Amino acid sequence: MSDVDIPVPRASVFAGLRLTKTAIVAGAVLLLWVFLAILGPTLAPHGEAEIISTKTFAPIGEGGWLGTDKLGRDVFSRLLYGVRTTLLLALITTVIAFAAGVTLGFAAAILRGWFDIIISRIVEAFMAFPSTLLALVVIGALGTSITVLVLTVGLVLSTGVFRVSRALGMDIGVMDFVEAARARGEGAWWILSREVLPNAMAPLIAEFGLRFTFSILFLSGLSFLGLGVQEPDADWGLMVQENIGGLFLGSSAALIPAACIASLTICMNLLVDWFQQRQQGETVLEKIDQ
Amino acid sequence: MTDILSITDLQVQGRPPGGQYVPIVNGVSFSVKKGEVVALIGESGSGKSTISLAAMGFARPGCRISGGKVVLNGRDVMALAPKERHALRGREVAYVAQSAAASFNPAIRIGKQVIEAPLWHGTADAMTAGNTALDLYRKLDLPDPENIGARFPHQVSGGQLQRLMAAMAMSCGPDLLILDEPTTALDVTTQIEVLKAFKDIIREQGTAAIYVTHDLSVVAQMADRILVLKDGAVVEMGDTDQIIHAPQHAYTKTLMDAVTPAERPGHLPAADPEIILSARNITAGYGAVTILRDVSVDVPKGTVVGVIGESGCGKSTLARVIAGLTPTREGETCIAGKSVAPAVGDRDKATLRDCQIVFQMADTALNPRMRIRDLLGRPLQFYHGLTGKAQAARVAELLTLVDLPPEFASRFPGELSGGQKQRVNLARALAADPKVILCDEVTSALDTVVAAGVIALLNDLKDRLGISFMFISHDLSTVSSFADDVVVLYAGRVVEKGLAEAVFQPPWHPYTKLLLASVPEMRQGWLEGVAETAEAQAAGAGGVDLGAKGCPFANRCAHLIKGTCDTTVPPMRVLEDGLAIACHLQPDTLPGVRDRS
Amino acid sequence: MLRLIANRLLQGLLTLFLASIIIFGATEILPGDVAEAILGQSRTEESLAALRAEMGLNRPAIVRYGEWLGGMVQGDLGTSLATKRPVADMIESRMWNTLRLALLAAAFSIPLALGLGLWAAMRAGGPLDKSLAMGTLALIAVPEFFIGLILMKIFAVELGWLSSTANTRPYYSFWQNVQALTLPVLTLGFAVLAHMMRMTRASVINIFSSAYMEMAALKGLPKWWLVLRHALPNALSPILTVIALNLSYMVSGVIIVETIFGVPGLTRLLIDGVTLRDIPLIQACAMIFGAVYILLNLTADILSILANPRLRYPK
Repeated sequence: MSDVDIPVPRASVFAGLRLTKTAIVAGAVLLLWVFLAILGPTLAPHGEAEIISTKTFAPIGEGGWLGTDKLGRDVFSRLLYGVRTTLLLALITTVIAFAAGVTLGFAAAILRGWFDIIISRIVEAFMAFPSTLLALVVIGALGTSITVLVLTVGLVLSTGVFRVSRALGMDIGVMDFVEAARARGEGAWWILSREVLPNAMAPLIAEFGLRFTFSILFLSGLSFLGLGVQEPDADWGLMVQENIGGLFLGSSAALIPAACIASLTICMNLLVDWFQQRQQGETVLEKIDQ
Repeated sequence: MTDILSITDLQVQGRPPGGQYVPIVNGVSFSVKKGEVVALIGESGSGKSTISLAAMGFARPGCRISGGKVVLNGRDVMALAPKERHALRGREVAYVAQSAAASFNPAIRIGKQVIEAPLWHGTADAMTAGNTALDLYRKLDLPDPENIGARFPHQVSGGQLQRLMAAMAMSCGPDLLILDEPTTALDVTTQIEVLKAFKDIIREQGTAAIYVTHDLSVVAQMADRILVLKDGAVVEMGDTDQIIHAPQHAYTKTLMDAVTPAERPGHLPAADPEIILSARNITAGYGAVTILRDVSVDVPKGTVVGVIGESGCGKSTLARVIAGLTPTREGETCIAGKSVAPAVGDRDKATLRDCQIVFQMADTALNPRMRIRDLLGRPLQFYHGLTGKAQAARVAELLTLVDLPPEFASRFPGELSGGQKQRVNLARALAADPKVILCDEVTSALDTVVAAGVIALLNDLKDRLGISFMFISHDLSTVSSFADDVVVLYAGRVVEKGLAEAVFQPPWHPYTKLLLASVPEMRQGWLEGVAETAEAQAAGAGGVDLGAKGCPFANRCAHLIKGTCDTTVPPMRVLEDGLAIACHLQPDTLPGVRDRS
Repeated sequence: MLRLIANRLLQGLLTLFLASIIIFGATEILPGDVAEAILGQSRTEESLAALRAEMGLNRPAIVRYGEWLGGMVQGDLGTSLATKRPVADMIESRMWNTLRLALLAAAFSIPLALGLGLWAAMRAGGPLDKSLAMGTLALIAVPEFFIGLILMKIFAVELGWLSSTANTRPYYSFWQNVQALTLPVLTLGFAVLAHMMRMTRASVINIFSSAYMEMAALKGLPKWWLVLRHALPNALSPILTVIALNLSYMVSGVIIVETIFGVPGLTRLLIDGVTLRDIPLIQACAMIFGAVYILLNLTADILSILANPRLRYPK
């Protein structure tokens, strides 16, 4: 029993957050990308598929600001067009994953019984496949349209979300206030939406951030394998793949989009870390040295 | 005699994550001599635990010792280098925590953990340490001392684990022992053997000790001197005798009053009472384990029925079964005369409204993300269809009913204290306009003074609104001051029931006698007296036997009739004035009968 | 405890069974069937029907599934449509390459991850911990192919120390093997290294908030002893789970690494199979990947059970 007043779980999910330098920088970078996603195409000096130079794989500075790619297109412009694609696709797939995963996960946690057993087994079977493999087979079968891509990636992501939501739902579901609601006679829908969900917001937000990053990586990986966004659309993962050849010629046309992907995911991870940090005080590990 | 420990003007600050440092302990000074036991008493937030840890120079994560002097065995603890401070922990001063179950590493055998400290500090080699441990096990009256060290923590009982923790602390022969609420988590009947063991070993080794607790009657048994703490400062300090019988400070007097059971007005049962709630022949459990067997309880209108028992007796399960949260295997429940469906999902709103349940942990019973007005508003809307202004008005009424200011409606549970939360819990139950309220250990997690306030409130509500209560608790003194009828549960079976006066007077079921005798009294010397009795000895011989074929108390009863008690279920005999006792003993041989005449 | 393990094994089998249904189902949705693929452009309605009848494709799906499963269990993985060779032969030669890559990456990353994770936990909050945190963050956040590319650029292109293709021949000397395999192994290893390290650190730190850790600290025991003797045995369970999870992740990562470095492994086979609609090949490869994944998870679960003294020594 500690005599220190434990911080109360305050009303807002965002309570207790203090801005750190890291959070500000990470947030700024993300906002910049979002900004560019919205305005990108209008800011781009050239068109998405426009060939601006006969010199392919021109280094930075020549041709365009960031050089040209394997077909002589402006890397910088394609980068700007690519933000939109990358961010939008990642967002949509994460939203789909969450819609499916959270609903099923919570339902499984609250309803238990047969429903839980069957759904859990199915999800486990789906998770038995390396995600890339699953995507490979499905996309290979159904073609590389955006719809197929989005649905497939959404499906793959949703399994992880399901697991997390179910665990969360179970943890919260055994709390007394949920029991009190049951004792009152509340139905499953009320319990899920008004009792469980508000208390799961914080971890779910963090999970959303993480899934988002995973989605970006996964999508770019698929593009790299030729299964994602197709030519001549601009997508960062695709840009990396198509310009690999340039690596040996001293061109950084493959590295720049890869670095952009990295910046997105690193910043998102930092933000999620910051969001989760606020409840962490000292630990016994540090007290031992005192 | 030299001071083993001398604390002067101790200041400790604490900081919640992301917040500022605030003082928790403010200028506390006291000393402990060799062989002396000093008790630190106070409610939660008084800083007693923090002070005891400061004696080792340790502050919990989030706290820091910001001022004052701590002198242990002549050395200034705070002036030492960290390495030297580590050297005295587990050697010159040792700590016994509140929960033994949480304090032993579940992945390492007990014996290894017991001798770890002396081995590490180099005060003994493996052989000597092992022998010392064995010796301690024997002195602490542990079963199977040769082999108990080879077990894992989950393989021994709570009371045994607590004594093993004492062995772990004493294994290095410390000069000062810090006992931090060591028996708070134990049942009353287990507490006796543990307290006796502690006291004996402290006396024998001549160790000085600091005993932290909020339980005054335990303190009377164990301590030579008492420090009364409130909000991080010493309110009163003196010899045990003086503090208990002649407290000077107003706060100390309040504490004493809260512990002394109040006089009950006599209760005459109505001639033909309407039974509001009736649970008949309930048998229920979870999965393969059967917890309740053939339990029948009646709650007459306008009365309080106290259900008492210790951990594992099934009292919470009973409440859940009646509320419909746990399915029954057999038996039925009747509310206001009508038989109700066993599962809450199958009951109609009127039934749900009539019977409400209030849980023990107010912290988890209220949704932290909802405001009070929504927490109270929902049942109003759900059961009575009240919305808008009418709802808001009723919410204010409810808050006033439980002695809370109506402004609390806009607050969140996190902004309320424990006692206030429990009142909101109660208000929520009242919002439904129930006929009967099931209180599941509602005061067990509260401080004594706060709990007394909640009990007074319940009494008031009973008188004013005519609501019946089923009050479940393990705390006998609360139940005795508050209940009209009493049901005693043991291992899932009813062993005795009847009017409160009748149950608390002889004749008794052997378990009831043990239970009553185990409640510490505020006089010194009580502990020695009770530990010697036949009942206490027999009780220590075994643990709660849920699956017993005959009487569940058979393995711990001093009046065992071999061949009968352990094979056949005892009959429920009804004595004069309605008292019912489930025992094979003839009514005139029941414990206490001869004493009475 | 044995019952728990048996239970878990059964569940694993059930999952495997479900997985096979999913694989079979997935290949059923491929537009066009085997017959079309074989006859190609020159197909006609009649020849299609005839071939289908001959191959038994007009039988109900359940029957065909049963046959396929039965064959699998006996070791007959079907015959490739593209090469007409038994699938088992094709896989055998490639599987070793993939397995070697995965095993080497595991051998490299697991001990390093555990060691670094424990070290970081002990120095939690200090400068070493913070820099490791940044480093691992960078590794996880970066797409795997990026790591591979950077490594390739530095070591193969610029410095020329290592080979950028991982094509090994049986007659290669030890050093030539090292040259060829280092980059893919490192790439595969780095990604999972970061995850495992972070999880190890988090598990150990999490354990430190338990009451028994405080108790042990109050006995005056030093930090390193607390971490190794008290925290680690309790952290085994989550750590094992994470290792298994990451090994399975590696099964996925192998696909990318093999593509970048041109490793002649299972991945290539699978991708070719998908492109060519070589259904038996796809089914067999997918089953293998799936089975390995399930097996790893199962092992982690069982090891977790074994690591828990409450289950090893019941009351």
